[in-house]
Amino acid sequence: MTGLAFALLLSASLAAYMINRRAALALRDRGERLHSLGMFHGLYGLLLILVPAVVVTILWIMLQNGVINTLTMSSLPDGALADMANPQLVLSEIQSLAQGRVFGTPEPWKLEAAERMNDLRANSAWLMVAVVAALSAILLLVSRRQVAAAFRARQAVERIVMGLMITCSLVAVIVTFGIVFSLVFESIRFFQMVPLTEFLFGTRWEPQMPIRADQIAAEGAFGVLPVFLGTLVITFVAIAISVPIGLMSAIYLNEFADRRFRAVAKPILELLAGIPTVVYGFFAILTVAPALRAWGAALGIPVAPNTALAAGGVMAIMLIPFISSFADDALSAVPRSLRDGAIALGATRSETVLNVLFPAAIPGIVGGVLLAVSRAIGETMIVVMAAGLIAKMTLNPLDSVTTVTVQIVTLLIGDTAFDSPKTLAAFALGLMLFIVTLFINILALRIVRKYREQYD
Amino acid sequence: MYDTTRTETAVSQQDIKISASNVQVFYGDKQAIKDVNVGILDKTVTAFIGPSGCGKSTFLRCINRMNDTIDSARIQGEIRLDGQDIYDRRVDPVQLRARVGMVFQKPNPFPKSIYDNVAYGPRIHGLARNKADLDGIVEAALRGAALWNEVKDRLAEPGTGLSGGQQQRLCIARAVATSPEVLLMDEPCSALDPIATSQVEELIDQLRERYSVVIVTHSMQQAARVSQKTAFFHLGNLVEYGDTDDIFTRPQDSRTEAYISGRIG
Repeated sequence: MTGLAFALLLSASLAAYMINRRAALALRDRGERLHSLGMFHGLYGLLLILVPAVVVTILWIMLQNGVINTLTMSSLPDGALADMANPQLVLSEIQSLAQGRVFGTPEPWKLEAAERMNDLRANSAWLMVAVVAALSAILLLVSRRQVAAAFRARQAVERIVMGLMITCSLVAVIVTFGIVFSLVFESIRFFQMVPLTEFLFGTRWEPQMPIRADQIAAEGAFGVLPVFLGTLVITFVAIAISVPIGLMSAIYLNEFADRRFRAVAKPILELLAGIPTVVYGFFAILTVAPALRAWGAALGIPVAPNTALAAGGVMAIMLIPFISSFADDALSAVPRSLRDGAIALGATRSETVLNVLFPAAIPGIVGGVLLAVSRAIGETMIVVMAAGLIAKMTLNPLDSVTTVTVQIVTLLIGDTAFDSPKTLAAFALGLMLFIVTLFINILALRIVRKYREQYD
Repeated sequence: MYDTTRTETAVSQQDIKISASNVQVFYGDKQAIKDVNVGILDKTVTAFIGPSGCGKSTFLRCINRMNDTIDSARIQGEIRLDGQDIYDRRVDPVQLRARVGMVFQKPNPFPKSIYDNVAYGPRIHGLARNKADLDGIVEAALRGAALWNEVKDRLAEPGTGLSGGQQQRLCIARAVATSPEVLLMDEPCSALDPIATSQVEELIDQLRERYSVVIVTHSMQQAARVSQKTAFFHLGNLVEYGDTDDIFTRPQDSRTEAYISGRIG
C-alpha cells in the first residue's frame, strides 16, 4: 500500500511536470513572453506535488500505529482491562495475535480485538492512498492554473528548493537537541537519586548496586573524579605522543620532503585514519600492553596489564594523521609570499619554518590539537579493549585506569534496570562528556577564528 | 642584439656591482631568459621594464638565487657580485641573500610585531651584539624606510595591521636592516595607491645613496622617475640597456621604441 501511494505521488508529480511545461510552451508558441522557461513551470508543478505528498505519506506512516492502537484499546469490551495490571501487555498480545503469532489459547475478546486491529490497518492503508491521490490531484490542478506568462515559476522553484535545504539543515540540529534532551532528562533522574555534589566531587566510583534485595553487593558510590582522572591521564598520554609526531611529520612533508616522497608518505599517513578503532584496540591489548609489561619487568618497574600508557599510546597513533593533516593544511595556507620574504632575507629553510611559517600557522594547529583532544576524550573502542575497569585516583600512566567512555559501556551492558542509579549514571557520565567536549570544540573554533591572520 | 660595451666604456670598471654574462634560465623545457649580458652599477637605480612575461622578474630573482626555491628552474651562464660568481658551489645562497635584499610585489610582513619584522634579519645573521644595538639597527632601518615617525610609538603592534603603503615600507625596512649591498625590488608599487607609491618612489631615490637598487616595474613613468639606468626586456631577451634618459628619448632598437610608445606590451 505504501508502495502504491509513492507510485501515485511520483507519477502525479511527473505528470504535473509534463503538463505544466507543455502548457507553458503552448503559451510561448502563441506569442506570449514567458517570465520563466517552460522547464521551471514544469519543475514548479513537480515540486508542488512531490513535497507535500511525501510529507503527508511519511507522517501518516509514522502516526498511524499510535492511532490504531488507541482505537483498538478503546474498543475493548468494558471490564476487560479491569483485572489487568498493565494494559501495555494486553496491547502487545493483541499486536502479536494480529500478526498471526498465537501463544496458548487467548480469550475470544482478544482475538476479536486483533481482527479489528487488522481491519483498521487495512482501512488506514487505503485511506492513505486515497488521501495521497486526492492531494496530488488538487495540487496538480492548482499548479496547472498557475501557469501564466507572468507567473515567476523560476523564483517559486528556488523558494521551494531553499525551503527543502533549510529543512535538511534543521534535521541535524533537531536531532542533536533531541540527543541532548534525552541525556539531560535521564541525568535529572540520576541526580534525584545521587546528589550532584557527590557525583562531581566524590573520589570513589563503585557503581555495582544490588539489583534484588537479597543480593550482596557494594552499596554503590558515584564519585566521578577517579573516572575523569583516568580519561585525563589517557588523553594526556595520547596528546603528548601524537602532537610532536604529527606536527613534525607535517612540517617535514610540507616543507622539506621532495614531491615524490610526499606523494607516497601522505596517503600512507592518511591510511592510519581509516583503520577501525577496534583494530587499534587489538593492537593495544595484544602487542603494546605485553611489550610494555616486558620492558617494565626488565627494568624492575611494576607495570599493570592494562596501562594508561598502552591505551593512550595507541590512541596517539590514531590521532597522528588527524593532527598531521590539520597542521599540513595550516602550513599550506600560509601564503607563499611570507616564505619568499623570509628566504630573501637570508633565512634557512628551518629558520623560515620555525620563525615565520609556524607562528602564522599556529591558530590552525592549536585548533587541530584541541579537536584531537576532544576526540581522545570521547574515544571508546580502544580504551574499552585496552584500559582497565577499576577507577583509581592515580596519575601514574603505568597503572591501570578507566575512562568515562569505558564506564558508560560497562554500565549499560548486561542485565540492567532502567530505574537504577547504576544505569542512569551512564547518562550522567555521557552528559558530562558531552559538556566537556562541547566546550573544547567551542574553544578550538574560537581560537582558530580569533587568531587567524587575514591574508587577502 | 644590443652590446654592453657602450655602458662599460662609459663608466669605470669598479662601479659595476653585478655583472651577468650569457645568462639563460629555463623553467622545465621553457626558456625564460635568453643570453642576457648586463653590468649593473653600484649606487644607482636600475629599472627593468618590458611587457608581462618578458623575463624581467625571472632575471631579478636570479640575482639573489630566489629561483633556487623553484624545483623546475635551471640557470646557465654567470652572474658576478663584486667579481665573485654567485652560482659558484662555494657560495652559500643563504649568505648571498643577506647581501642582496629583496622587496616583493605584494607587501608581505611577517605575522609578528613591527619591531620583530625589522629585527628578523639582523637576528638570524647575528648583526647585533646586544639589545641596544638591535634597537639602533631597527630604528635606523625604519628611518631609512621613512617609516620611523609613523610607527615609533607602536613598534610592538603587528606589522600586518599597517596600511598597504606602510607595510611595503616596512618590508623595505626589513630588507635594509640586514645592510645589504644590493636591493632588488619586484614591482614594489603595483599593490599601492598613488600616494603610497610616491612615498616609496621618494624612498627609492634616497636608497640610491647607499645601495645598488634594481627595480622591476610595469610603469614606464615610474622607471623614468626613479631610475638612472634602464634595461628593456622582450621575450626573454635583454633588448636594450642604457641611461634612462637615452632609452626614453632616443631608443636604439625598434622594439624598445614600440614598447615605450605603447605599441607592444
